[in-house]
Amino acid sequence: MADDIESWLKKNWDPDLTVREWWEKLGLAGWSAPNLPIDSFGKGYSREETVHVQNAIAAHGALGAPGGLGLLLAAPTIAVHGTKDQKEEYIRDIVCGKKAWCQLFSEPGAGSDLAGLTTRAVLDGEEWVINGQKVWTSGGQIADLGMLLARSDPEVPKHQGITYFAIEMDQEGIEVRPLREMTGRAIFNEVFLTDAKIPKGNDIGGLGEGWKVANSTLSFERAGLGAGGGSQAGGLALPGTKALDLDKRAGDFLTGSVRGEPGPSMIAQTTGMLIELAKSNGKVNSPLVRQALAELHTLNEIARYTNLRQKALKVSGLDVPGIGNIAKLSMSDILRKTRDLGLELLGPRGTVHAYDKDARKVLDEVVPNAFATIITELSLFAQGPSIYGGTDEIQHNIIGERVLGLPKEPNNDKTMPFSSLPKNA
Amino acid sequence: MNLNFAFSEEQEELRKSIKRFLDDKSPISEVRRLMETSDGYEKSVWEQMGSQLGLQGLAIPEEFGGSGFSYVELLVVFEELGRSLACVPYFSTIALAANALLTTNDDAAKKEYLPKIASGESIATLALSEDSGRFDEESITLRGKNNGSGYTLNGSKCFVIDGHIADLILVAGRTDKGVTLFAVEKGATGLETIQLSTMDQTRKQARLTFSDTPARLIGDEGAAWPGLSKTLDLAAVALSAEQVGGAQVCLDTSVEYAKNRIQFGRPIGSFQAIKHKCADMLLQVESARSASYYGSWIAAEDSDELPVVACLAKAYCSEAFFHCAAENIQIHGGIGFTWEHDAHLYFKRAKSSELMLGDPSYHRELLAQRLGI
Repeated sequence: MADDIESWLKKNWDPDLTVREWWEKLGLAGWSAPNLPIDSFGKGYSREETVHVQNAIAAHGALGAPGGLGLLLAAPTIAVHGTKDQKEEYIRDIVCGKKAWCQLFSEPGAGSDLAGLTTRAVLDGEEWVINGQKVWTSGGQIADLGMLLARSDPEVPKHQGITYFAIEMDQEGIEVRPLREMTGRAIFNEVFLTDAKIPKGNDIGGLGEGWKVANSTLSFERAGLGAGGGSQAGGLALPGTKALDLDKRAGDFLTGSVRGEPGPSMIAQTTGMLIELAKSNGKVNSPLVRQALAELHTLNEIARYTNLRQKALKVSGLDVPGIGNIAKLSMSDILRKTRDLGLELLGPRGTVHAYDKDARKVLDEVVPNAFATIITELSLFAQGPSIYGGTDEIQHNIIGERVLGLPKEPNNDKTMPFSSLPKNA
Repeated sequence: MNLNFAFSEEQEELRKSIKRFLDDKSPISEVRRLMETSDGYEKSVWEQMGSQLGLQGLAIPEEFGGSGFSYVELLVVFEELGRSLACVPYFSTIALAANALLTTNDDAAKKEYLPKIASGESIATLALSEDSGRFDEESITLRGKNNGSGYTLNGSKCFVIDGHIADLILVAGRTDKGVTLFAVEKGATGLETIQLSTMDQTRKQARLTFSDTPARLIGDEGAAWPGLSKTLDLAAVALSAEQVGGAQVCLDTSVEYAKNRIQFGRPIGSFQAIKHKCADMLLQVESARSASYYGSWIAAEDSDELPVVACLAKAYCSEAFFHCAAENIQIHGGIGFTWEHDAHLYFKRAKSSELMLGDPSYHRELLAQRLGI
């Protein structure tokens, strides 16, 4: 396998290709997402083999596969639940980077209670008419298509009246508005759907089957988050028609900083940074600081050991019980502790933070500190991971109910029609 | 390092046979009977452990009468002992005394003492801490003196695990040359043993006083601390495995009860207040397991990483076990506060093993120092 990808790269990689040409080669050869099944433009590789391929592409100095939610979520979901035609149409465009996707799941009134969503899909002749509001949509502006969850039948129980659609984002009935987060950035959007249209056959997995399909997507999302995001090394070109990267030269995307959210290894490096900071300003002599540094190191190491244990168990087809939830909860915890200790070590320097480039320039000049920028950035971001991808509280519920087998809260949402249940908003 | 971080079939088989043995010989009713006795163990069970199962000799090299398995196998034993709370002087004899001997260069002493330990004939312990209750080098003040014909000891040792029944006591003393290891046998002249009534009744302790007590020098005079430090690290890893076993029982018991106990017309485990406690316990049990298992693999590889991993595992597993033991009582409510329920046995074991060999803050400080912080 290692030889396969390397000899293929030798033969095919050329920095002078356009991004579009390169991704088409990569995608059709099955190297964009080798974890996908063979009938879905993949090679049926395991996660580890896939990471190996990604690393080989990066090591070769070639532009990596088209990233984003299309490859991470939509493609594997459609590979499981889509029809033959849908695989041919959607997955082909994803692995070749021609179309970018976004996720239209959460709503203002349906966060942890995702199945309480109220965006309506009403069939009108040959098309579905969609009305509602979605939120926390990353990449909404540059997406060509959306994975949409909508209520196609409110008169059946909650989980049975949801349908999963592929929706064209470029249409009159869809408005995408950036949503500014507490960090000052806007990596998410709100999406307003007002009489948006979907052709009749664009459901994925069947009418009323959306909850099941959505759970596939969510499990791919969790796998991605728990692993600290795939190693999308090897370039930063964006897929899809709107990012306007496709007709640029592939070789031009190879330099640039790494993007993405802090993953486990990055957070572990942060602990090393806090140690340096504490040494540099003398706070390392405080017994409380020493305890906190040792504790952070401990938690990072244990996350690493658990990961090793999971890998070993996986060989025998076993798992550390609740591994995904444990990994996510641990990371949220480490991040909070890093925030608190980091800001404490900075002292008053932790109270100044640049929300834009001009402010950054002034701070770097007047109160220079090699550690401060990353610590204050991380501190503002730290409230995110305990919420996105299932809040800490939902992770606890999942461990309690699915891992330990504790009973659910009693409720009648499995039997009553959705329209008769108490409303969230 | 590339660790094969999973148990082999043979290791799983070992676990099963230990479990069977402990289920049979040390059900909780037997634990309760023995904890009320002054000796605190059943001699025939101890001997069977050595002669039939070969547990005492498991990680002792073959040349000293053992079967030469690694610390990974030993971890399995400690985890199961921690699960069952079995009243046996295994921690003192193996984690402390056997390791203290194995980390010396004294082959003669190893040849003399280890085969008896391996066979189950001998109970041994390490007397290191004194009235200060500390486990660092400076805390060792008991005097050892060479009077020409041999060494004598003067001073006292406290919180000595199984000191009341040990046939062989390895004593950490100080001579003019520095920290030195000695061996004193049961009934030696000038040795006075006072048994201490312990909070965790399943593990006994004693205070030992030495008055011109003759002792055998083990290894080189003044050179014992590195070996003792390593012994304490190895013992910390062993203890962490015990803690994982105990914590797992607390989690299992809590979950079982939360499923069956009905209040307000529903199982209390359906309330998030209880469900989330159980989820946190699982997170801590699995994290503790990762730390402890990793520690045993590091010990088995005799890696330089041991000093760092040992104190990391000791600090984390101690707190995880105590957390689970305390939550177990809370989830059980009133019944958990009774003597009749077993929850307090685990609570007491958790608290005493948290403080034994140094508390979590001590180990985190040690970790910081060992990491160069």
